[in-house]
Amino acid sequence: MTLLTSGVSGRLLAQAMPLEPGRHLILHPGTPQSSHIEWLYWVIFWITFAVFLLMILGFTRAGARAHVDAIEPLPVTKSEEADRKATWAVGSAVAVTVITLFVVLVLSVVTGKRAGGLTSKNPITIQIIGHQWWWEIVYPNPQADQTVTTANEIHVPVGTPVVILTNSADVIHSFWAPSINGKRDLLPGYSSAFWFKVDEPGIYRGQCAEFCGLQHAHMGFSVIAEPVDQFQAWEQQQLKPAPDPTTPEATRGRAVFLTHACLMCHTIRGTDAGSRVGPDLTHLASRNMIAAETLPNSTGALAGWILDPQRIKPGVRMSPNPLAPDDLQALIAYLRSLQ
Amino acid sequence: MLRKIKFVLLAATLIFLVSCKREDRILRQPPPSDETFNTVQISGLNPGANPIPTPPPSNMYEESAYAVSEGQKLYEQYNCVGCHAHGGGGIGPPLMDNNWIYGSEPGNVFATILQGRPNGMPSFRNRIPEYQAWELAAYVRSMSGLLPKGVSPSRSDEMNVKPSEFQTPKQPPTGITGQPEQPK
Repeated sequence: MTLLTSGVSGRLLAQAMPLEPGRHLILHPGTPQSSHIEWLYWVIFWITFAVFLLMILGFTRAGARAHVDAIEPLPVTKSEEADRKATWAVGSAVAVTVITLFVVLVLSVVTGKRAGGLTSKNPITIQIIGHQWWWEIVYPNPQADQTVTTANEIHVPVGTPVVILTNSADVIHSFWAPSINGKRDLLPGYSSAFWFKVDEPGIYRGQCAEFCGLQHAHMGFSVIAEPVDQFQAWEQQQLKPAPDPTTPEATRGRAVFLTHACLMCHTIRGTDAGSRVGPDLTHLASRNMIAAETLPNSTGALAGWILDPQRIKPGVRMSPNPLAPDDLQALIAYLRSLQ
Repeated sequence: MLRKIKFVLLAATLIFLVSCKREDRILRQPPPSDETFNTVQISGLNPGANPIPTPPPSNMYEESAYAVSEGQKLYEQYNCVGCHAHGGGGIGPPLMDNNWIYGSEPGNVFATILQGRPNGMPSFRNRIPEYQAWELAAYVRSMSGLLPKGVSPSRSDEMNVKPSEFQTPKQPPTGITGQPEQPK
């Protein structure tokens, strides 16, 4: 019974720490899977809290009783009665510790099973490939031209089970959105799967949780849960090639893109740029954030990022691009038009 | 005695500091100027009698293991492997032997990458930043053992049962900038 109430009293504490945009917190579950993990979190929290209180109580009692003069040595008692007492006290303390740890272990295993089991049918499949230092998101489809490729922002429909297939292009990364599910390591050359189902529409932030190099700390992503019809509209939009520029400035921006370093790494479907080193930019303007959830997708941030990414994220794979001011303006006008 | 120990400790620290240089990560430093690469001669012909010797520019990226491994990564990503393979050549000439058609100096390789060469080598000017061309040049030179062992990448990024291309013993360059090739 206490285990059940522990979760409820924990919710009150969680409300004291609201989830602001751009932050993630294990105390705000958005899926049944993360609710299991949150429940385990609070159970372990209250068990360790009780242990902590007992410890403090014991220390206080011992501190209040022991008024031993430092000069006189402690009297050594040598009676069988005292020996038996001591053995009993130490033995029971060890037993309580072992039992507590065992209970926690069993609860962890049970929670892992509950969060990991696949129980729903007709899921949508999303492939996530970790790169240094961004996430490639692919919605695979048997028809190649129906495959959506994007980066860092994972759109999912609310109430539909989602199966995530993981992989990595370079080193080990770890996919961790605390409001979605537990951590999953992305291993190069090895694909694993897990699943979740988001109940409430919203934006849930996530983060790489396995040190993967210089910009590990700024390797974020977000899971954007939206109603099914909105998700389908988004998917249809993503399937289209990049729209042709409509203004002279944007036309010039496309020429800048195709004649500078951009096309060595990025893809814009519908143009000659088709390299797969960096994120797909076909629908860049439809994303909320750039640079793996580091900067807002605004004109200013985009300009700063293109000119000198090494200043914002030192060591990042993108090179500085010293463009002439009007070239840069045109390029940004073009990129901002890629809805 | 104590003084001796102090001296040894100081010397050891200094050696450590010096040896750490190869791990320096050059993230925000200007590359060597490209004004100089044209001074590297790839032809033995000179107008007049005596050519004025010009020292070839050095490549600061050849002192950093980080920069050379960046070059290794770019070599793959910019599809140099498509023609040159992992040094063994294919459509393009091999890069791990001692034959340098357009010169073996860092400036020669840099110019080859940025300007392109006849018969298929494309020009990467304005496509890749200059510092990446210098990193690539450093990596290309490491493939024939022209860089110190401490700087060259110790293993290939591919799973490979054969020894990697960096285990190639040093190939003294022949061709125009090197010694004339010996008949076999």
